[in-house]
Amino acid sequence: MQHAACRVVGIEKAFGPNRVLRGIDLTIPAGQITVLMGANGAGKSTLVKILCGVHARDGGNIELFGEPFSPASPSQAIEAGVVTVHQSINDGVIPDLDVASNLMLDRLNEPGAGFFINRGKLRGEARKIASAMGLDIDVRTQVSDLGVAERQLIAIARAMAKDPKVLILDEPTSSLSATEAERLFKLLDHLRETGVAILYISHRMSDIRRIADRIISMRDGQISGTFETEPLDYEGAVTAMLGHAMTAVDINVAAKGEPVIELDGIKLSEGGAPITLTIHRNEVVAITGLLGSGKTKIASILFGMEKPLAGQMRLAGKPYTPASPEAAIAAGVFMSPKDRASNGVIPTFDITQNLTLPFTARHAPFSFLSRASEKRTTQSMIEQLGVVCQSPADDIGTLSGGNQQKVMVGRWMAEASQLLVLDEPFQGVDIRARRDIGRSIRNTASERATIVFAAELDEALEIADRILVLYEHSLVGEHRNENVDLGAMLAQVSGQAAQYPNTETHAS
Amino acid sequence: MTTDTQTSQPQASKPVPPRPVPASVDRSQTLVNLAIRYGFLCLLLGLIVFFSLATNGFAGPRSAAFIFQSVAITGILALGVTCTLVVGGFDLSIGSVATSALMLSAYMMVVLEQSAFVAVLACLVMGAFVGLINGLLIVKMRVPDLLATLGMMFLLIGLQRIPTEGRSISTGMTLPGGEVAEGVFSPAFLWLGRHRFDFVLEDLIPVPVIIFLIVGLFVWVFLELTRHGRLMYAIGSNERATALAGTNVNRYKITAYMISGVMASIGGILLAARLGRGDIASGNNLLLDSVAAALIGFAVLGAAKPNAFGTAIGALFVGVLLQGLTMMNAPYYTQDFVKGGVLVVALMFTFALSTRKRGGGH
Repeated sequence: MQHAACRVVGIEKAFGPNRVLRGIDLTIPAGQITVLMGANGAGKSTLVKILCGVHARDGGNIELFGEPFSPASPSQAIEAGVVTVHQSINDGVIPDLDVASNLMLDRLNEPGAGFFINRGKLRGEARKIASAMGLDIDVRTQVSDLGVAERQLIAIARAMAKDPKVLILDEPTSSLSATEAERLFKLLDHLRETGVAILYISHRMSDIRRIADRIISMRDGQISGTFETEPLDYEGAVTAMLGHAMTAVDINVAAKGEPVIELDGIKLSEGGAPITLTIHRNEVVAITGLLGSGKTKIASILFGMEKPLAGQMRLAGKPYTPASPEAAIAAGVFMSPKDRASNGVIPTFDITQNLTLPFTARHAPFSFLSRASEKRTTQSMIEQLGVVCQSPADDIGTLSGGNQQKVMVGRWMAEASQLLVLDEPFQGVDIRARRDIGRSIRNTASERATIVFAAELDEALEIADRILVLYEHSLVGEHRNENVDLGAMLAQVSGQAAQYPNTETHAS
Repeated sequence: MTTDTQTSQPQASKPVPPRPVPASVDRSQTLVNLAIRYGFLCLLLGLIVFFSLATNGFAGPRSAAFIFQSVAITGILALGVTCTLVVGGFDLSIGSVATSALMLSAYMMVVLEQSAFVAVLACLVMGAFVGLINGLLIVKMRVPDLLATLGMMFLLIGLQRIPTEGRSISTGMTLPGGEVAEGVFSPAFLWLGRHRFDFVLEDLIPVPVIIFLIVGLFVWVFLELTRHGRLMYAIGSNERATALAGTNVNRYKITAYMISGVMASIGGILLAARLGRGDIASGNNLLLDSVAAALIGFAVLGAAKPNAFGTAIGALFVGVLLQGLTMMNAPYYTQDFVKGGVLVVALMFTFALSTRKRGGGH
């Protein structure tokens, strides 16, 4: 059963100047579950989209059962037996149709499917698929009336109905509870026995431990590690995925000032342990952890977009309960969100207009904007962060990703804050821009308290005085950024620490 | 400088950042940019020159005043809808808000025998209130903008007919209760629609034109020069990012619909003042004409976005074209065809050329 169902050799893919995949070699053996791990932006989704015919590759070869395979469209890939369940559930189901129609949708597309729909037959076949999956749903229910977990299972059932030879699952358990996930795993066990090659993309260590036969780690568009000998080296896989090459930046841990923000027993979810921490003036704290570990949730709570399940916050000693970003900003808590394209950049604006967006009032006496005042601020931020541009009036779209990110960060550094929160400030940013932003954050750190959320460890090591580790909505580690024990930190990131209760989890 | 394909290879390794661009490409690029920026204004100028030469009496203050008068009310509505387009929304109810204001002002004066001031005030409040409801439907109830304002449109078309059982309002009409309406349109109200100021010639410029220009200036200043306008454009471009920058997005969106409603009611008041009766059949074309003006405005100065100056020019463009064609004896029934043609050309300008300018878009 060791023969490769699918072999990928030297796949390249670039979007404009951005090289997303740089020579991927990968085999997916039949009758095994290959887990693909990678941080945000490592290129996993792009690889999946090439395999399932959404994107065309720029270079390299794919072989399917020894035959060359170049799907021009998703339907061709499915015909060849490569079936994908995408991360976004709504790609997999049509909410306004009932369960039966959803399960049988692909049959309706087959040649010879006939013009009229035979409802009875449709439901009968749908019931068969559902029962094979262990799905206990009336097939006449509208999908829009179902919960997220059930929708996810239907999307997966749809994929099963297509008789996959190679099944690709992109974070299938992200919305499933433990029991539902177990149902899925049983099904995957069954498929594995029948010889289906499964590529399983996930960050959840518990899933990976349960089902992985092999682990492949991806980082920056390349394969950074392949693990297939028993017992699997989970920690090694996480290390390969996050990378921890010591960086050239030396951090002199600065003396803490007075406390700025205090979190007292903040609970992110029912399962998470209460989080208590204090962040001081003149301190840069990095909070790291895998996707879904709760980083963005903390950022949202600090910025008034979400309420914690329990616990209080104090800002400069006073109770802090922001009801909106507007209120958070008024209290002096600023946040630069992750995913700048959807959460940050105003694409039709120039650099100046983007940079001054949150603080137009400072540049607009009696509401009338003073272009000169805006330009002064922008010019000084351009110099401070080293934005490479012709003039402050350049369209934001003409800048590279790194320079756009500098503008996004500069947006929040242009005014004095109590607490500056930066969620993934180095996402899609080249190394030079990353250093520029990091230097600028550290140089101005004495004016405020700073929290940086970063999944990549080198990013955290490069910028922080103190590094906190989150795992599944709980704080599991704290490290002063001096001779950090990387092994211990990686164990905490991947949730191994829980198995070694003797590990020094709260050293500081 | 001549281009050299050979040297481009080794040059790439040297630290010279800009790639050498052939001069011819550069020139055609600037030409395209010029066409995008000034194409539509040149077209307008060309039309004016053409009609001035081709017809008798097109070039003259009377004709110009007539053109302005013909587009004043549509232009005011178009400026309102521009504000909703700026925040990424749309307002289909403006036409019916205008006709509702027309009926309401007539009802206030003729049936309820109120003063001009009360009638105008009632219309403005009605417009603002309709805008508020539109905004709340869209922001709080999450109804898509087109659907919410379409619903409002039907609601108002129906509502304005109920008090008079579907009949137009004029002095001496019999009311549903059997009594006769004694009120009259006050002269002060009619002044709004009919008075002409002296400018160059005696009795040249009608009041609605002045109001159109004032409203246009106000909307332009608001959108281009104030921080509120800036934030509204930001909302239209990336709503989520604007909210994360601490902007109260909902408040701005509701404000945009309220501005739109008030503008539409001003248009309705002016229409009533010009007609002097609550004519149930007037204002059918208002919605489409004003939306067309706002969309044509995208093409002016290569803005590729809703803007007050463009909207005003767009309204004038249609006015010039129709006036010129009418003076060249083009039959009235070709008018809508001409408007449609202008709109399609303008949209081509906006979307085809300006996406090329941005390097194929994203």
